[in-house]
Amino acid sequence: MELLDQLEQQSVYILRESFRHFERLCMLWSIGKDSTVLLWLARKAFFGHVPFPLVHIDTSYKIPEMIAYRDRLSMEYKLTMIVGQNVKALEFGKTFPATQALPEGDPNKISRVECCGLLKKDALANTLNGTWPRKKLNLKTGQYEIDPDKQPYHGVIVGARADEEGSRSKERYFSPRDKNSLWDIGDQPPEFWNQFKTDFAPGTHVRIHPLLDWTELHIWEYIKREKIPTVSLYYDQGNGTRYRSLGCAPCQSPIKSTAKNVDEIIAELKSGKLKNIAERSGRLQDGKHGLEELRREGYM
Amino acid sequence: MMETMEPKTSSTKSVSSRSLPSASPKEQMNIVIVGHVDHGKSTLVGRLLADTHSLPEGKLQAVKKECERTGKPFEYAFLLDALSDEQDQGITIDTARSFFKTKKRDYIIIDAPGHIEFLKNMISGAARAEAAVLVIDAKEGVRENSRRHGYLLSMLGINQIIVCINKMDLVKGNQTLFQKIEKEYKKFLSEIGSSPPLYFIPVSALHGENLESKSSSMNWYHGPTLLEALDSFNKAPPKSDQKLRMPVQAVYKFTKQGDDRRIIAGRVESGKIKVGDKVVFYPSNKISAVKSIEAFNALKKTEISAGWSTGITLTEEIFITRGQIISHETNGPSVSTRFRANLIWLSKKPFLMEKEYKLKIHTTQEPVRILKIVKIIDASKTGSLKGKKQVNRHDVAELILETRTPIAFDTFQENEATGRFVIVDGYDIAGGGIIVSAEKDDQEDFRAEARLRDFNWIKGGVNQEARAQRLKHHAALVMFVGKAGVGKHKIARAVEKSLFESGISSYMLDGTNILLGVDADLVWIEATQRELVRRFAEVARILLDAGHVVVSTTNAIGLADFAQVQALLPNFPIMIISIDPGSQTNSASDLTLTGQEKESKVVEKISELLRKNQIIIS
Repeated sequence: MELLDQLEQQSVYILRESFRHFERLCMLWSIGKDSTVLLWLARKAFFGHVPFPLVHIDTSYKIPEMIAYRDRLSMEYKLTMIVGQNVKALEFGKTFPATQALPEGDPNKISRVECCGLLKKDALANTLNGTWPRKKLNLKTGQYEIDPDKQPYHGVIVGARADEEGSRSKERYFSPRDKNSLWDIGDQPPEFWNQFKTDFAPGTHVRIHPLLDWTELHIWEYIKREKIPTVSLYYDQGNGTRYRSLGCAPCQSPIKSTAKNVDEIIAELKSGKLKNIAERSGRLQDGKHGLEELRREGYM
Repeated sequence: MMETMEPKTSSTKSVSSRSLPSASPKEQMNIVIVGHVDHGKSTLVGRLLADTHSLPEGKLQAVKKECERTGKPFEYAFLLDALSDEQDQGITIDTARSFFKTKKRDYIIIDAPGHIEFLKNMISGAARAEAAVLVIDAKEGVRENSRRHGYLLSMLGINQIIVCINKMDLVKGNQTLFQKIEKEYKKFLSEIGSSPPLYFIPVSALHGENLESKSSSMNWYHGPTLLEALDSFNKAPPKSDQKLRMPVQAVYKFTKQGDDRRIIAGRVESGKIKVGDKVVFYPSNKISAVKSIEAFNALKKTEISAGWSTGITLTEEIFITRGQIISHETNGPSVSTRFRANLIWLSKKPFLMEKEYKLKIHTTQEPVRILKIVKIIDASKTGSLKGKKQVNRHDVAELILETRTPIAFDTFQENEATGRFVIVDGYDIAGGGIIVSAEKDDQEDFRAEARLRDFNWIKGGVNQEARAQRLKHHAALVMFVGKAGVGKHKIARAVEKSLFESGISSYMLDGTNILLGVDADLVWIEATQRELVRRFAEVARILLDAGHVVVSTTNAIGLADFAQVQALLPNFPIMIISIDPGSQTNSASDLTLTGQEKESKVVEKISELLRKNQIIIS
């Protein structure tokens, strides 16, 4: 069996285990390449269907093409698409882009990491536990409506990979989060022989990571093999740059690359041109311990 | 490509590639690094990454600079520290993964913690490894976790093991000392019945000797370097040639999405399955044949083999639930309520004799308890402790476990995936183990009888699934048990009637009626009890085959006989309702009533139970 098949088959097994054990299950979809592969794997696991909702945390700063792609695929795959947002922070301008012009030291200035905390981490936690309103795509009209369902999700499927950065390399396939979405890295449950943490205390939830064993190269090779549609932002449109990892527009810089399609990206990854540059290097919020702290507190 | 790396002490033959573009996807192997705390695991991993040029550009320099700035001496282990907790404590807490490659294949290194406190993390890491490197400090010699980890690797079924005697620089490359440690460690492994490691290599992780390149200072050593030894290991051969084992993970029917396929999903753990194969579901003895192999965005297959998470449809629809093992009529798995196991306990709360836990094995879960503690092995030393009444944290034990109802399994020797299990206490995985042998329980003969009968049962033209579709429910046996005079008969009658009125084909089977006719030739003495139960179960079998929900009540057959009834009726759901005026909840029953409840309340509870067990088709 080939390596890509092995990775695919293990991910499928994990997805089926999560669907079996978590009645309130959802999958986070960031529109990026990883979670899009994850969505494809769900269709593999459930024979063309996606039997749980997809949740997207919309910071409002996403590149517009990402949102258009999200809604197009949702309609095509007939997905239960749920969108959550930190409406208040956006309304009161408590974001990095909105306070960027303020002078250094201004108490109202919001740093990149704080902005991630508000627009992503808090929005995610409150969308998952049902405290903040969720919007749901109406597949008939193509419009988003307030979702009457306010029940918390207990199982959350996430596209994190161990090779992305340090803290992700210590995740389990099934990783518990406590009532405040906190991750206790020092005391994680044992996980072996494909027996996962599927029992959980009320109020807590479990993050499920079917892509843990995949690398960036595997993701692109799989996209190629399966012909999975991806957003064009990953490819050079003629100006010699492309995005390697997708986030919010103000905190995301493209990398220098002339890769125009999946084959060229794979060639580029293999050539070693990007070998020594971290995948998330274009993500300006990652800083020294910024990401690790955010992740402990519930960021994906 | 320019790289500024550590100057090598020597460089005879290098097996690592300079990360040349590889023919992809290449073979991948998971290896785990284990050993006692502070014996240099993280240094070894850090050095391996540096020597194979697997670190991001500038990382080595950056860490060195940081060390200069803070006045700390540079350590290769710093290259791995991802989490501030670990940096603060200077020890590995959880398994971290890193990657390196040689010409032969890509490796994923799992750096497992050596501190006893984090044994559960070591197990989590080691359980997914295909090979292991066990590090022993030359100066300290064999320590507690050198032994414990060695024992656990063998228990986890990892037999491709390299022992690195590390820090040879601190003992001036002393060959005698190396041989002494090798001898001592081999002796320990043979005493606990583990096979000896394939290689003992003297290394200095700090100076990179005998890892990627040969040591120049230890000329007496003629064996392979660590990387050469790793590259000599093999991937496990495919399990396609073994007996078929496909545990049912789920049964899918996405009717609402306009998909009428009823797909039995699961991973083929060993063997292969073909369209047209006659398959048996264990332990229920249900039989059908494979109609198709289903997949999304893939070519239609007529055969699928070990490793694939697949789905099949059946020619004859049968009522199947998760946890059954799909196999063939011959070469099926063991079925019993008892097995002998080797187990490692990881939870702070001990594994107690009198308590019921949850067993998770392949896709089954089932209540389980300790029937007998055979011995507890002190893995940190040699020898065993007897007479212990519980299994404590970090104990390794040989036990006989007993499940509430029979399960299908194999010994670990026969089949890894269906021969290993975990025990859940509350919300947490508390321990894990491997099955050494199936143990006979009291129902073995009846189980064999049922198997023979079910495999040869002559089916009519209307199958069970067709009946279930017509009746809108599956067949089930609802057994009322309790002492004489508690009102079982009255309740059973009421339940039969109201179930019938709600559209369920219910039938009350009173034990007296069987005694009057089928059992008329039997004179009741204690010895005939099992025959009475056998006849009762066989009569129920016919009614169940006809699709009814059989509501039974009898004084002659009680809770004690349940195991026998179940052994005889493996292919039908059985629900036990205990009637006890003292309302003592009995863990063996699905529902306990006092007998004083309102009839409507009782019916409601039983209907709920039928729905929960998917007897009623909604």
